[in-house]
Amino acid sequence: MKRHNLATRLWHWVNLACVVILFMSGLNISNAHLWLYWGQWGFAPEQAWLRVPRFPGWMTIPDYYSLAAARDWHILAAWPFALGMLFMWAAMLANRHFWRDLRTSRREWKPAAIRHDIIQHLKLNFDHEGSKYNFLQKLAYGLVLGILLPGMIFSGLAISPGFEAAAPWLVDGFGGRQSARSIHFIFAWGIFAFFVVHVVLVLLSGPVRQIRDMITGGRL
Amino acid sequence: MKRRAVMAGIGALFVGACSKVADTKIGASLLDAAEDWHRKAHRALADRYALVREYSKADISPYFRGNGSINVETDAYQRHVSEGFDNWRLEVGGLVRNPMSLSLENIRKLPQRTQITRHDCVEGWSAIGEWTGPQLSLILEAAGISEDAKFIVFRCADNLNGAEYYESIDLVDAMHPQTIIAHQLNGENLPVKNGAPLRMRIEKQLGYKHPKYLTAIEVVSSLDAIGLGKGGYWEDRAGYQWYAGI
Repeated sequence: MKRHNLATRLWHWVNLACVVILFMSGLNISNAHLWLYWGQWGFAPEQAWLRVPRFPGWMTIPDYYSLAAARDWHILAAWPFALGMLFMWAAMLANRHFWRDLRTSRREWKPAAIRHDIIQHLKLNFDHEGSKYNFLQKLAYGLVLGILLPGMIFSGLAISPGFEAAAPWLVDGFGGRQSARSIHFIFAWGIFAFFVVHVVLVLLSGPVRQIRDMITGGRL
Repeated sequence: MKRRAVMAGIGALFVGACSKVADTKIGASLLDAAEDWHRKAHRALADRYALVREYSKADISPYFRGNGSINVETDAYQRHVSEGFDNWRLEVGGLVRNPMSLSLENIRKLPQRTQITRHDCVEGWSAIGEWTGPQLSLILEAAGISEDAKFIVFRCADNLNGAEYYESIDLVDAMHPQTIIAHQLNGENLPVKNGAPLRMRIEKQLGYKHPKYLTAIEVVSSLDAIGLGKGGYWEDRAGYQWYAGI
């Protein structure tokens, strides 16, 4: 049996490209207005809960400030990103990847079990008996697949004035357009944090084999 | 510091690759096409006359931010300001059976629509205000648009960075019930910074699609010969998306 099935591998790399483009063009868009607000409206510094830094050119797409070009990249990459997410969820549910590998059991939520798992991580011992992923992995993948990535799609849609007429409840669900924009920003950095931890753990656990298996599928 | 340099290097490589893609024909046409896919998806997912959210008076922002041009520094416009816009005219022309020239008095006597809506700027901020004015559809029906009509072009007294501001929309947005020619904001005549005496409200699109200091409405079959051909001031100059519903 393959360690990663074809659907997972395809989505993983397409999604990586999309997330990198969306994140870097998003930082360029962020430079257009540095203040974040809660609620429906907000347009001046005194109404803001956060002033974000201006991101330098090497972090943005394109590498100079252009709201128009950054938006072009952002709204193009949004399509494969959103459709890819839909595909991955359908595939995970259909090929049992979700039920078999990602779903946590009640036993895993016991404090002693979580402590044991954290200690094993700190010892850089990544062998886990029985199931394919340990608890912290399931938690991280669950968070990113179940909340952060879909959350980016929904909060992005809620920012769009043209989409609002189709689903006004979506904007209200976030507590207003400016709240959706704030959540869009927070989740983007949540995904960035996952990316950093993910890459570090791959580097610590045999990066050549890990990357090769995510391309060829590997063997279990 | 070294890791940061490596990160910056990878970032620069990637960004460089992206600008190469944007320069190719396929890359550029893909980037243009995405805007169209969003427009079609928005139109497919909601009834074309579905309304955007309208708010209550309690939701109105303490003041309404002025952005872009907040005044028009021409003698002609300043004269209109000093005359209280008594001699302001709104011309309705192009592919219409009955061209019209409307005074503010004419416009105030038409059936009015008042709506409390959220204004979203392309930069990211939002403000809520109460707008009053006749629906654009009413004026277009009175003018009788021809069968070749495809777009509505808005001309303005606005002279941003020495060039005439203009914008355009298609007939779906033109006939939308919330597309109005506003002459009031929060129950008072439109302030100069928000586009006195007339500005468009096109509620399903971003702020740069709502031209201020409106002087003429022109019905056309193609945008090619208007401005630099991309359908608006920012579209021509900075490559902004013509469909600004995203």
